[in-house]
Amino acid sequence: MLDIQKVRRDFPNLRTRTRDDKPLVYFDNAATTFKPCQVISLTHSHYCHRTANIHRGVHYLSEEATAQYESTREKVRRFLNAASLSEIIFTKGATEAINLVAYSWGRTFLKPGDEIIISGMEHHSNIVPWQMVREATGCVIRVIPLTDKGELCLDEYRRLLGPRTKLVSVVHVSNSLGTVNPVREMAKDAHAVGALFMLDAAQGIAHEPIDVQAWDIDFLAFSGHKLYGPTGVGVLYGKEKLLEAMPPYQGGGDMILSVTFDQVIYNRLPHKFEAGTPNVAGVIGMGAAIDYVRTLGWEDIISWKKSLVEYGTRVLTAVPGLRMIGTADNKTPVFSFLLGEIHPHDIGTLLDREGVAIRTGHHCTQPVMKRYGIPATARASLAFYNTKEELDVLATALRKVIEVFK
Amino acid sequence: MDNDELYQQVILDHNRHPRNFREISPCSCQAEGYNPLCGDHLNVYVRLSQEGIVEEVAFQGDGCAISKASASMMTAAMQGKTVEEARALCAEFHSLITKELDPGKETHHLGKLTVFSGIWKYPSRVKCAILPWHTLKGALDNKPTVSTE
Ligand SMILES: Cc1ncc(COP(=O)(O)O)c(C=O)c1O
Repeated sequence: MLDIQKVRRDFPNLRTRTRDDKPLVYFDNAATTFKPCQVISLTHSHYCHRTANIHRGVHYLSEEATAQYESTREKVRRFLNAASLSEIIFTKGATEAINLVAYSWGRTFLKPGDEIIISGMEHHSNIVPWQMVREATGCVIRVIPLTDKGELCLDEYRRLLGPRTKLVSVVHVSNSLGTVNPVREMAKDAHAVGALFMLDAAQGIAHEPIDVQAWDIDFLAFSGHKLYGPTGVGVLYGKEKLLEAMPPYQGGGDMILSVTFDQVIYNRLPHKFEAGTPNVAGVIGMGAAIDYVRTLGWEDIISWKKSLVEYGTRVLTAVPGLRMIGTADNKTPVFSFLLGEIHPHDIGTLLDREGVAIRTGHHCTQPVMKRYGIPATARASLAFYNTKEELDVLATALRKVIEVFK
Repeated sequence: MDNDELYQQVILDHNRHPRNFREISPCSCQAEGYNPLCGDHLNVYVRLSQEGIVEEVAFQGDGCAISKASASMMTAAMQGKTVEEARALCAEFHSLITKELDPGKETHHLGKLTVFSGIWKYPSRVKCAILPWHTLKGALDNKPTVSTE
């Protein structure tokens, strides 16, 4: 079992006091997670003792920094169980990873009338890049609809799949509904019609261990900062043969083997897709985050989060007038809700006065809001370091909100 | 939540019973205001007399308590003003909520609207309070749509 109090001591940010000296209840983990000391101190020590540019220095520091940077690539490879280091590309986040595929693969291989399937619960970062590709190529975007509970209509998905489908790109775990999608099954269905399967694992990466080979994933995107790592760094995983065939996304240093004014020879994978000086400290910090999760162990994380889903659902639905948006059978502790007629913004501000940090709005998923006919929700999103006592604080604070508006 | 500076009784009351919460048809001018960040939107309608006096301002739309109360109080405050005075009041309100105007020290025409004076402490909520005012200004300037971004 997870020793929750011990784990919490690893995250200095959890000790923050907010307004009126109230202890912080941080329920905005879908936006970004806190970072454990292990991540903070490795990043700190990089800046204190190992600052150097990578891949180009002959001196001690550069070699050390390069080794640490490249060893993170190996950590990511193992974390995802990718077949090769060539398949791990560092980006500035999930958004850039999706844009990379949309730009490089999409513009090269999509023709007018080709179809891309996304879902009704995508984050804008898995919608807009494909709309830009549609502009450029004339491809068509199809959308898997949602059920009332906030699950994907899989029958409808199978009807959408066809000979024209070239790519299915869906979210693993929804940031606004908490739904965990059956992506292994969906990947099989996509491959059955010859389409590629891309996973937006921005949230999923912290939910469960992912095995890109066993799940047969073609592309996968995630951000370090939602996995207890630094902001400004993320990963694109792609199958080697796909990445080989794709042109570079950006040009610059590091992604070339040789440059003359007449000709350029691109570097081999993964460097072909890593133009310019990367976020060296960020990558190294993300490596520490991965180590942290592996050390804790998935089993404990998963079972604790499961009990938070159960407890949270129970105490929140007991709050009078609370309507949960997103009640999938398989979900993470993300609670999107409405409270009577009270506007989510007002809920957010009043909870903030009680030390409870949540997010309100459309959560970069406007189509989800439209699907349920609502302008916004209040969203409490939990990480494994959150507790049942904190959920009680939220439930009590919500009752106070109701009092204010009575 | 005792003594909360943002959710004062006046604001809660206007949220519960917004004044002039309706359409004016036909009206002299109108505009639609939109806050893309939170999806709030409202329509503001204005009826002017032939002499250019604001006879009526009304609004409709969805929004949080802050934006609704701000809109409601605005419609009440505008009645009987000349268009020039109305514009000046919009400017004063803007100065108030961005903390450029100290209602305790400087002369102003804000009346009860000073309940919004503490809102600069909630940066994420300033846009909620200002949206109706931007929208009214849009209507007076013949700009049919207004966005807070
Ligand atoms: C499901 C999902 N996809 C993609 C993203 C984009 O991640 P980032 O902003 O770190 O690039 C997010 C972040 O909110 C997300 O929740």
